[in-house]
Amino acid sequence: MIEVRHISKIFGGTRVLDDISVTFEKGKTNLVIGKSGSGKTVLLKSIVGLHEVDEGEILFDDRDFTRMSFKERKSLRKEFGMLFQGAALFDSFTVEENVMYPLDMFTDMSYAEKIERSNFCLHRVDMDGFNSLYPAELSGGMRKRVGIARAITLNPKYLFCDEPNSGLDPQTAIMIDKLIREITEEYNITTIVNTHDMNSVMEIGDKVVFIYEGIKCWEGSREDILNADNRYLNDFVFATNLAKTVKEIQNQRKRSKA
Amino acid sequence: MAMRLFYHLGRYYILISKVFAKPERYWMYYRQTMRELEFQGINSIGIVVIISVFVGAVITIQTNYNIESPLLPRYLIGVGVRDMLLLEFSSTMVALILAGKVGSSIASELGTMRITEQIDALEIMGVNSAGFLILPKVVATMFFFPLLTVLSLIVGMAGGYMTTLLTHVATPQEYVYGLQYVFYPYYFTYALKKMVVFAFLITTISAYHGYYAQGSSLEVGKSSTRAVVHSSVFILMFNLILTKLILG
Repeated sequence: MIEVRHISKIFGGTRVLDDISVTFEKGKTNLVIGKSGSGKTVLLKSIVGLHEVDEGEILFDDRDFTRMSFKERKSLRKEFGMLFQGAALFDSFTVEENVMYPLDMFTDMSYAEKIERSNFCLHRVDMDGFNSLYPAELSGGMRKRVGIARAITLNPKYLFCDEPNSGLDPQTAIMIDKLIREITEEYNITTIVNTHDMNSVMEIGDKVVFIYEGIKCWEGSREDILNADNRYLNDFVFATNLAKTVKEIQNQRKRSKA
Repeated sequence: MAMRLFYHLGRYYILISKVFAKPERYWMYYRQTMRELEFQGINSIGIVVIISVFVGAVITIQTNYNIESPLLPRYLIGVGVRDMLLLEFSSTMVALILAGKVGSSIASELGTMRITEQIDALEIMGVNSAGFLILPKVVATMFFFPLLTVLSLIVGMAGGYMTTLLTHVATPQEYVYGLQYVFYPYYFTYALKKMVVFAFLITTISAYHGYYAQGSSLEVGKSSTRAVVHSSVFILMFNLILTKLILG
């Protein structure tokens, strides 16, 4: 479980995050949604410590990350797995070297054990047989899958995904979303996904947090999101035809039942 | 202006202290160092050889042009080529060439890694990204660049020798005699010492510009240019300081 308590982040006099408090639950896919520039990425980067928060606390299973020393943070980060927007695979390493990297760096496994583990992770994301390719030789969806494989190699307790399906076709995007959800449930990890894709919300959002201009405006489940009484959230959600159609179907069902 | 200078000096110092922090896994750093030896060192042999052979030939012709007097012995051409290569070209000039080739490569590599979040990915894993990415480059260049100085010396002198064969500015025997005439071994150690310092400057200054690149690919290009310019300026500055310290 990750608890964010009253965090604020200021960049050059602008309050990018303002007094955000939220709890991300274990074994669930927690989605942070909002428009581009609303502060989602800053929130995620603040949680993982890439940005220092100006106010507030971040607790990982009751361990206060904001008060930790450099060494303690380094140690805790070994429990993190992160999938970046562009996958952030190391260009000069092959797929296999990318996935094996955390094992090389932090475990005393033998080479055979590392190969076995990396093959297992690549198999888990359906990327068997691509071990010797370089990231430049992969498609966007394949890179994201390798990114997930690298993120899960060390059996993380916390998984962070920043816009995991941006730039992907709808089919691949749904596949990535499902993969994230399956991994979250399979390993019982706390997953936070940043997205502005309503498809993802409907597919995998166990818990949804809506950020508007650096302020947490709403939180709830994907079932509640279509009936939420929040102007900013409604503007965001019903900007797509998908949500409008789902809402209409829900209303029709209610009327026919009545 | 002064504040900006102190800001950059402070940030450079912080980066260097991270670079020389204890490595997480020595063998991973060793593996990276071997890769860097190839990327930054072996891949630079070609350009050093081409430039040195031509400069050796040109120095031979120019020295001949400057000692037209029949009173001056022809073997002085060999002496001139040797000393010019030893004292200035094979260390300082080769370092400036390497600042262009290696410096821009390091800055653009790290800059691209920064804007594509590869450096963030390392940090999130709990890896000292500055140490893992920069220390192997520093070790590889500080080891390999002095070897390039030696190579440049040999090839430059060979270029001069070929010129004597083709243009008859002096006989090859006179030229070789000149190369051996009143040789001060500490000129050689002076050139190597300078190159070790220049290698450190080129790598760390270029890495600094790449590591802290921000924004788009345009910014990576700019940081690469800044890396080459700043490395070159510092090479020339330290050339003066080291010359005064060692020879002065």
